[in-house]
Amino acid sequence: MKHLSRYRRHKAVAPLLLIAALLGIGGTFSIASATTSAETTSADRTTLIEEGRQIFLKGCSSCHGLNAEGASNVPALVGVGAASVDFQVGTGRMPMADMSTQAARKAPVYDEAETTAVAAYIASLAPGPEVPGSAQLNYERDGSTAEGGELFRNNCAMCHNFAGQGGALTQGKYAPTVMGVEPKHIYEAMVTGPQSMPVFNDKTLTPQEKLSVIKWIKSAEAEPNLGGASLGRVGPVTEGLLAWTLGLGLLIGVAVWLAMKAK
Amino acid sequence: MTAEAKLGQVANYVDERVGAAGFLRKSLKKVFPDHWSFLLGEIVLYSFVILLLSGTFLTFWYDPSMREVVYEGSYQPLEGVKMSAAYASSLHISFEVRGGLLMRQIHHWAALIFMAAMVAHLLRIFFTGAFRKPREGNWIIGVGLLTLGIVEGFLGYSLPDDLLSGTGIRIAEAIIQALPVVGSYISYFAFGGVFPGELFIPRIYIVHVLLLPGAFLALITVHLMLVWYQKHTQYPGPGRTEKNVVGYQLMPMYMAKAGGFFFVVFGVTAFLGAVASINPIWLYGPYTPAQVSAGSQPDWYMGWLDGLVRMAPPIETYFFGYTISWNILIPGLIIPGILFTGMALYPFIESWITGDKREHHLLDRPRNAPNRTALGAMSLTFMVVALINGGNDLIATHFDLSINQIMWGTRFAIFILPPLAFVITKRLCLSLQRADRELVLHGRETGRLIMLPHGEFVEVHEPISPEQAFILTSHEQLPALDLPEIDARGVKRAGALKNKLRARMSKSHAESIPKVTTEELKAIEHH
Amino acid sequence: MSNELQPIKDPGLPAHVHRKTDTDPKAAARAERQVATMFGISALGTLLLIFSYIFVPDDLFIFIPIMGSQNAHQLGLGLGMAIALFFIGIGAIHWAKTLMPDQEVVMQRHEFRSSDEDRAAFVATVKEGAAGAGLGRRSLIKRSLGAALGLSALTPVLLLRDLGPLPGPEQKTTNWKAGTYLVSDPSNRRIKASDLEVGSVAQVLPEFEDPKERHLDDIAKDALLLIRLRPSEFNLEPDRLAMTHEGIIAFSKICSHMGCAVALYEQTTKHLLCPCHQSTFDVTRAAKVIFGPAARPLPQLDITVDAEGYLIARKPFSEPVGPSFWGREK
Repeated sequence: MKHLSRYRRHKAVAPLLLIAALLGIGGTFSIASATTSAETTSADRTTLIEEGRQIFLKGCSSCHGLNAEGASNVPALVGVGAASVDFQVGTGRMPMADMSTQAARKAPVYDEAETTAVAAYIASLAPGPEVPGSAQLNYERDGSTAEGGELFRNNCAMCHNFAGQGGALTQGKYAPTVMGVEPKHIYEAMVTGPQSMPVFNDKTLTPQEKLSVIKWIKSAEAEPNLGGASLGRVGPVTEGLLAWTLGLGLLIGVAVWLAMKAK
Repeated sequence: MTAEAKLGQVANYVDERVGAAGFLRKSLKKVFPDHWSFLLGEIVLYSFVILLLSGTFLTFWYDPSMREVVYEGSYQPLEGVKMSAAYASSLHISFEVRGGLLMRQIHHWAALIFMAAMVAHLLRIFFTGAFRKPREGNWIIGVGLLTLGIVEGFLGYSLPDDLLSGTGIRIAEAIIQALPVVGSYISYFAFGGVFPGELFIPRIYIVHVLLLPGAFLALITVHLMLVWYQKHTQYPGPGRTEKNVVGYQLMPMYMAKAGGFFFVVFGVTAFLGAVASINPIWLYGPYTPAQVSAGSQPDWYMGWLDGLVRMAPPIETYFFGYTISWNILIPGLIIPGILFTGMALYPFIESWITGDKREHHLLDRPRNAPNRTALGAMSLTFMVVALINGGNDLIATHFDLSINQIMWGTRFAIFILPPLAFVITKRLCLSLQRADRELVLHGRETGRLIMLPHGEFVEVHEPISPEQAFILTSHEQLPALDLPEIDARGVKRAGALKNKLRARMSKSHAESIPKVTTEELKAIEHH
Repeated sequence: MSNELQPIKDPGLPAHVHRKTDTDPKAAARAERQVATMFGISALGTLLLIFSYIFVPDDLFIFIPIMGSQNAHQLGLGLGMAIALFFIGIGAIHWAKTLMPDQEVVMQRHEFRSSDEDRAAFVATVKEGAAGAGLGRRSLIKRSLGAALGLSALTPVLLLRDLGPLPGPEQKTTNWKAGTYLVSDPSNRRIKASDLEVGSVAQVLPEFEDPKERHLDDIAKDALLLIRLRPSEFNLEPDRLAMTHEGIIAFSKICSHMGCAVALYEQTTKHLLCPCHQSTFDVTRAAKVIFGPAARPLPQLDITVDAEGYLIARKPFSEPVGPSFWGREK
C-alpha cells in the first residue's frame, strides 16, 4: 500500500479510477440483472397477458368479440395461437381497415412489444401454434434451396405463382407476393393458414421442409434478373406487351423515318 | 486489274453458264413504291431470318429428349432436381454457354415480333384492300403463314419442357383428346401413348426445326415471288395510276434501305434480348403434371384462344357412353376454324358482294371502304376481347378486380362490342369522307378569323394543293349491285334468296359519301 | 362514279425536290461523315461484344438504373451485338436517304392476261399433249392408274401406325387400388389422418413399392389432393360422405376440363380454383363445378384408414380422371 500511495498524485490516476468505477458499477449491475433477460418470470408474463388483453379490448374486440369468440363473419381467436396474432398484427393485416375483399398487408399499427402482448393474451385463451424462435428459423443452416424450390412449386406456386409474385383467387381475393416478407412471418403463415391460405402444419410440411421453402424464397428474392430487366416475373402477358409496344413500336418508328424524304 | 475488270470477269463466268444478264438487269431496275407501312412485311421476313440464325445456334446445344436426368449444372436452386434432358440442356444453354442466354432470348423475342409484325402486316393488307385481284392467292398464303406461325411458336416455346409450357402441352392434349371418335387415337399417336410419354418433345422438335421451317421457306418464297412478279401495290397519289408503279429502283436505293432495315430489325431484337428478360425457365422449374403456376398463359398470339376457352359455357353432352366436350371444341376448334376460314376466303366474299372482277393495284384509303374497315374493326375487337380474357387473372391482381367479374364482363362484351365497333367505325369512316369533301370544296381551315364589312366573322380557308385534292377525289365509288328478282324478260331469277342477301350486302357495302363532282367544283369556282 | 370520272385531273408526279446533299457539296460531305460515324459506332459495338465475351467474367453484376442489378457479361454481349447490328442498318438507310439518287422512277405495269394467241396456242399444246397421252381413249390405263395411285396413297398412312399404341384400359384407370397407401408428394411419406388439421391441404400420390418406378405418366393420372374440413361443413349425399374420413376428403388433382393441376384451395370459401381457365369447384359438394368452363366435378377417391391410422384408398376411382374423351363412359 505504501508503494501504491507513492503514485497517488500521478496524472493517470483520475482517468484510471474513473474507468475502474464504471467497470465496477456496470459489472455489478449486469450480474445482478442476469436472470431477467432470457425469460419473463411468471409474474412478468401475467403482466404481459394483461397488457395484451387491454390492447385487445381496445383495438380488436369490436370485431372479434369481448372474449375473442368471433361474430358472424369474423373468426374466433380462441386457439389460433400466438403465431397467428404475430403474423396478422406483425404484417399490419390486423387491425383490418377495409372489410371488402381480404386483409391486405400494410404498415403495422402496433409495435413489437404490443404485438407480443396481444399474442401472449390470445395464446393464454387456448393452446395454439407458437411464434418460432430465432433458433427455429435458421434457414441458411437447416434448409435446402433445391428442396425448397420443389416444395414451393408443389404446394405454393399454384396460388403465389412460380416466382412467388402472387396470383388471383376467386371473387377479387388474391394470394399476395411472398417477396420482401420476414422469414418469421412466412413460417407463421404456413403454420396458421391465414384467411384463404390452407394450413401447412408440421406433419404435412415438417419444420425443416418449411425452412427449405423459406430458403428458396429468399434465394429467389435475392436472385438478380438474368438476361435483362425483369418484366415482373409473371409470364408471357408482360412479354407480349413489351414486344408490341417497345419492339414493334421502335421498328415502326425506324420504318417511318426510313420512308421519309431527306431534306 | 481494276476492280471493274475483275467484276467483269466474274460476271462473264456466270453469264456463260446461266445467261442471266437480261433477267438480272431487269431485276436490278425493278421499281418498288416507298411507304413505311410497306415495311411491316419486311419486319416479318427479317424476323424469320433471325429466327433461323438464332435457332440454328440453339440446336447445337439443345437435347430434344424427355429422358429423366438429375441436374448437375451451375444453377444452385435446381441442384439435384430431376428433370428431362431437354430442360437440362436448355438450362445449360442459359447458364454455361457464353451467349447462350442472349441467343435464347433473341430467338424468343424474334418470335414474338415475327407474330406481331405479321398481324400488323395483315391489318395493313386488309384495311387497304391489297388482297383484291390479282392478289387473292397471296392473301391465302398469308393466312396460311399466320396459322403456321402460331403453331410453330407454340411448339418452339414448348421445347424447353418447363412447367409453364408443359401445362400448355397438357391443354393441347386435352383439345386433341376431345375430338369426337378419333380423339384418343390421335392423342395416343401424337404422344406415343398416354400423356406425357417420352416421345412428344423429340417429335415436335423435328416439326419445329425441319418441317415447319421448310413449309415457311416454301410459302414465303412463293409469297415474295408473287409480290415480285405482280409488282407491289401503291397508295393513290399524283402520277400514280392502276397501270404504273412509282418508286425507287432495287439497286441501289431499295437494296440499301431494305438491307439496312434488316440490320435494324436484328439490332432491335438483339437489344430486347439484351435488356429484357424473357421466359426465365429456371424459375418455372421442370414440367410435372402435379404442379401448376398461378397466372399460366400461352404466348400472346395464342392468348385469344385461351380467353375463348376460359369464357366458354360448361357444356358437354353424353349419350350411350360417349362424351362430346362442346366447352373445348367450340372455343378451341370451331370458332377459330370459322374465323380463319372466313379470313382466308374474304377476298372472294368481297368480290361476290361488290361484283368487282377487275384488277386493283391502287390501294384504298380505309375510310373510302367503310364496310370493309368496319368489318376489320369488328374482327379486331372480337380478338382483343378474347385476348383480354386470356389474361384476366393478371388483370385482376394488377387492377384490384375479380376474375369472375372480368369473365362475365368479357362473356357479354364479346357479343356486344364487335357489332358496336362495326357501327362506330363505319360512321367514323363516313364522317372522314365528309371531312374530305369539305377539304376539297372549301379548303383547309387556317384558324384565322377576319371580319367582313357588314360585321360577320368568317374563318379564312386555304385551298388545298392540286396533289392533295387529287388524292381526295381519285378513289372509286362502285354502285351497289343491281340484282332484280325479275329480270328484263319478266322471268324470275334463280337463287332468289342468295341474290336478296347479295343485293342487301352490296347496298350496305357501297354506302359512302359521294365524292366531289365536277359540277360541284365548277359551282365553287363561281363562288 | 368510277375511276374514269376524276373530277380533278391527275396533276402528275410532283416536281423533284433536290435534297441539301444534292446541291450543297458540304452537306453531302457532312452526310458522308454521318454515315461513316454510324458505321464506326457499329464497329465499337462489335468490339464491346468481343471484349465482354473474352474478358468480362460471367458472375459480375453491375447496377443499372431502372433495370436493377444486371449481369455485366450478358449485358455487354447483348448491347454490343445490338449496337453493332443497329448502326450498320441506320448507316445504310441514312446513306440511301441522303446520298443515293432519289429520283422517283415510273415503271409500267403490263396486263397479266396473256394475249389471245398465246392462250389459244397453250390450249392447243395441252390438247395435243393430252391426245398423245391418250388417257381419253385408253380408259383401261386411266382406271388402272387411278387404282394404283390411290392404293399407294394408303402406304404412308399405314407406315405411321406404330406412332403409338391404340388406347387401352390404362386410359381409364389409375394406380389407385383397394388398400393403396396415400403418400405425400414429393417426400413419399405415409400420411396419418391425425397429421391433418382442419384447413390442411396435402399433395398426395399413391405409394409405389419402388418410388423410382414412378414416372410422369403415372403422376399425370394419380395426382391427388387431400383436404380436411369439419365434418359438419360437408353438404354431401350419403354415398359420397361415406367416401370421406372424419372430415378428410380426397379428389383427383387433374382438372376435369383440360388436365391442369387443381390445387388452389381457398380455406375460407372451401373452393378449389384451377388457374388455367378459372374453373371453380366446391369441395363441400364433392367438387361440384360452380364457375368456369369445366363441365364435370373432380372425381372423388374413397378413403379410409388402416389399423395404425394411415390413410389408404378403399377402392379405385369409379370414373376416369382428367379431361373428357369420346368413349369416356363406355
